[in-house]
Amino acid sequence: MKRTYTDLHLCANLNNLEQASRLIDKASQLGYSTVAVPMPKNVDVYMQSLRTVCRDLAVDFVTRVDLRPRNPDELLRDLRKCRRRFEIIAVLCDSKPVARQAAKDRRVDLLDFPQIDFRRRFFDLAEAELASQSLACLEIDAGRLLTLEGADRIRLLSSLRREVATAVDFHVPVIVSSGVSDPLLVRKPMELAALSSLFGPTGKLALDAVSTNPASIVTRNREKLSPKFVAPGIKLVRE
Amino acid sequence: MKRLLKDVRRRYLALHVDSVESFSSGELMSAVWNAVMKLYGEYGASQAGLRLISYEPQERFGIVRVGHRNVDMVRASLASITSIESRPATVHVLRVSGTIKALKKKTDL
Repeated sequence: MKRTYTDLHLCANLNNLEQASRLIDKASQLGYSTVAVPMPKNVDVYMQSLRTVCRDLAVDFVTRVDLRPRNPDELLRDLRKCRRRFEIIAVLCDSKPVARQAAKDRRVDLLDFPQIDFRRRFFDLAEAELASQSLACLEIDAGRLLTLEGADRIRLLSSLRREVATAVDFHVPVIVSSGVSDPLLVRKPMELAALSSLFGPTGKLALDAVSTNPASIVTRNREKLSPKFVAPGIKLVRE
Repeated sequence: MKRLLKDVRRRYLALHVDSVESFSSGELMSAVWNAVMKLYGEYGASQAGLRLISYEPQERFGIVRVGHRNVDMVRASLASITSIESRPATVHVLRVSGTIKALKKKTDL
């Protein structure tokens, strides 16, 4: 079966619909059939306009929210508010308590860590073990690999290599996304897979990080958000 | 009689330079070599077997040859290019093939 590719992190400027449209168009031209754009958690006005843009470009649009809680309690509050409204929930883990809470909560889809502050990348063995028992995946933005240079890129690659090895050991799915706002920085899925070979996954594992792994999150969450969903494995067939 | 040397297997990559500017073949290859050397060093670059076969500046389309074991390495290096001669540009791999003839057929040239 032919692979379909998903980019779960296109950082479109929501105040400039033309720029957002160009970014999504570029992703579509480069072979992505599904894209997700992070949206503010309290505002729904952009959702419909982006949906229209994606429909015109024949791209499947996925709603995503990036949560940046200061403590675990705030994370739990945000999850209660957002889980039923967004298809993808990513948590940017700025502190260890937040990272641990996000890893063990089954409502969190993606774990993100600061790209430049290497002391605040908390994806270690304990984090991976917690994530392996929930549904959270490790998300890696390839955009930073393109913009950083020299010592910063070396340190980022070194951190990513360690984290991806840990994730693979604990069977935590790894997702590689663009994480860019400039259309010139969007890369083809095969190019993202090749870039991910710099920090670990190669071959099928690298391709899964841009196709199967993100697509399975979207499918799972859409099923859960559908009105016919009752519980995992149980759905309403007829009223 | 057993052959001591293996045949060199190569792959040909069709490239498209995505930019509003146009570049000469020298500028393109300089950017490609720099990208390979930044990511893999001189040792890695020496293994890539990289060579420009053809480049059309107007269409921004080119073909490069690499060793068959180094396709991913060159693909990653090409993906890491964000500018050529300090002008914003991206290099995308359109197709990979074992012969130039098949590559041209696949890319409709």
